Amino acid sequence: MKPRTDSRKFKTISRRELLKLTPVLALGAFAIPQLQKPLLKGGLAFSDWASARLFRSGHLAPTFPDTDLTPFEKFPINDYDVDDPGVDFDKWTLTVAGSVQKPGDYTLAQIQALPKVTQSTRHVCVEGWDVIGNFGGVRLSDFLKTIGADPTARFVTVECADDYYESLDMATAMHPQSLLCYEMYGQPLTREHGAPLRLSIPTKIGYKQAKYLTDLSVSHVLGKVGYWEDQGYSEFYSL
Amino acid sequence: MATRATAIEDAKTGDITEAVYEHPFVVRLCHWLNAISLFVMVGSGLQIFRAFPSFGAKIPQKDLLNWPKAFALGGWLGGALQWHLTFMWIYIATGLVYIGYQIFSGNYKQVLFVRRDLPGVWPMVRHYFFFGPRPPVREAYNPLQKHAYTSAIALGVLSALTGLAVWKPVQFSWLAWMMGGFHWARVWHFLIMWAMLAFVFGHLVMVVLHGWNNFVSMFTGWKKDPEYPSE
Repeated sequence: MKPRTDSRKFKTISRRELLKLTPVLALGAFAIPQLQKPLLKGGLAFSDWASARLFRSGHLAPTFPDTDLTPFEKFPINDYDVDDPGVDFDKWTLTVAGSVQKPGDYTLAQIQALPKVTQSTRHVCVEGWDVIGNFGGVRLSDFLKTIGADPTARFVTVECADDYYESLDMATAMHPQSLLCYEMYGQPLTREHGAPLRLSIPTKIGYKQAKYLTDLSVSHVLGKVGYWEDQGYSEFYSL
Repeated sequence: MATRATAIEDAKTGDITEAVYEHPFVVRLCHWLNAISLFVMVGSGLQIFRAFPSFGAKIPQKDLLNWPKAFALGGWLGGALQWHLTFMWIYIATGLVYIGYQIFSGNYKQVLFVRRDLPGVWPMVRHYFFFGPRPPVREAYNPLQKHAYTSAIALGVLSALTGLAVWKPVQFSWLAWMMGGFHWARVWHFLIMWAMLAFVFGHLVMVVLHGWNNFVSMFTGWKKDPEYPSE
């Protein structure tokens, strides 16, 4: 026998069950203009926090044989501003500042004196496209040792000739595949690709791999995060 | 396989109707959380897709389709990514709670498509699409329904896994590798979304066809006048 219920009582039971679903309405907060921005910012910050936890210093990005390389002429040139900020190569130096023992101006020759690394890695753009490129340069970690960077510092920040700016967490900067890149496909970096020096960080999304570097700074506190980050993109965006 | 049934006596006329408690609270909660988060994930995902609406090379770029901005969420790539990276946590948490609950409560038997359901699929298809006779209804979900729901849950899991491979193709390089690399993971992620949308479309059509009592049951848990014998 089924238990019997009065229709009024059934209505009460049904209503109580319906009211249990009220927590779903909490998501409506995302529809309130004043709350939407901070909530989405919080969500993005949480994703960045998770990204930093997921990052493994010893885990290498996949590398590819030459047959998988995207032809050089099909390697996209993405700039937020200009393809060529008109860097004077003869006068160019990388200005180092911050928590380092040897600040000052470093010439390209001084940087190229460090052990050279060449690797073919995937370059992923936040827009969704990806290419496999060949990059040559020196390990950022080697350069940080050369300049006597404070090993307890947390960030490396760069500024660029086109007023672009970016930052890296120290774990990523110290990753063995993170390069100060001065060659692509065995040739000196072209102006469109960020000559004379750019970042090549196969564990990061494309917009973190700044071109036309002019300044590099090591710090404990993050000042400027990055050009696109300031527009609302992810800070950590590791791949 | 409804857990509880009751006979409702009308206060005025004394007529008796039946009702079964078909959807437990956790299932209803997850259903509506998922409906919202899926809506946000698809809307923002399509806006993200608009940034590079292609699966070919960047140079030269051949657009696959020009998805209208009016049917996308976030306004621009950065805004859409904020929605996507926020709601993915809600989407995944809801999915984990749902699957965990179904397994531990045993309620999965109501939904999970098993070998025994196989012979019942074709008669249901014949009924819905080719005006065939209506097969007798014995459980809360008919075999075709179970097939659809089980597939939707599988698609949900796959959407999360392909999404993880697109988001973290280096940290989860093995996952991306299983899908054919980052490039293909993005293709799968996109296709799975369309498969999910196909399910949602069919689901909504069926909701309309099956009427009010069925619709209300996803809010209150109780379904009045079930088509199947209530134990």
